[in-house]
Amino acid sequence: MKIVTICGAGIGSSGILKVNAERVLRKLGLDATVVAADIGSVREVAADAQVILTSAEFVDAIGKTFADVIIIENFFDTTELSAKLEAALG
Amino acid sequence: MSLPPLPQSAIVIGATAADWRAAVTLAGDALVSSGTARPGYSGEMIRMIEEHGPYVVIAPGLALAHARPGPEVIADGLSVVTLAEPVLFGHPYNDPVRVVLALAMASPGEHLAAIAAIANVFNDSNAISELADATSADEVQRIMKADLP
Repeated sequence: MKIVTICGAGIGSSGILKVNAERVLRKLGLDATVVAADIGSVREVAADAQVILTSAEFVDAIGKTFADVIIIENFFDTTELSAKLEAALG
Repeated sequence: MSLPPLPQSAIVIGATAADWRAAVTLAGDALVSSGTARPGYSGEMIRMIEEHGPYVVIAPGLALAHARPGPEVIADGLSVVTLAEPVLFGHPYNDPVRVVLALAMASPGEHLAAIAAIANVFNDSNAISELADATSADEVQRIMKADLP
């Protein structure tokens, strides 16, 4: 399974989401590759992804995709992240 | 894993900013003070937000401003600015912002350890309010678990 985290530059907020998503996935016992990327490369990077994690600002720019697009409000709240990931993957 | 350098010169307590642009500029100025970015970096961080929206407000009260690695970055660095009066970034959930972090990364590939260290600090849900209420740079370094020089 592949999960892509998206932000503007692909280094800051998407990196935070990647780190915390990996922590949550470990706790849930789920195996997935998490890749952080910038919005400019989303089409290429997320072509084979099951889930895209991002903030509300990028939903329109991500556009049509086969992946589940999940909006995260608080990037540090692993409870929110865990609940949303479990709902999408469960 | 270690946080990017956060010397006292990169910390501003109780600053006054008229709006989000001023707040991001203060955080960029603090990177200039610590010698990790050039003055043009603030403008690059502001352009990221103008282009993509206030997504840098990644948790209630906290903005993590940054731009891409490039000529305006001298070295990896972090700055912390706490605001006397919160400012609005226009974020749907996490406004108003009381703490602005600015991150400078010299190269695109090697930042994840630094990002993980930032995540470690803020996965403690009290960290943002503790930073906002901090009264000294020492206290900010302690909350951020910065390696002291």
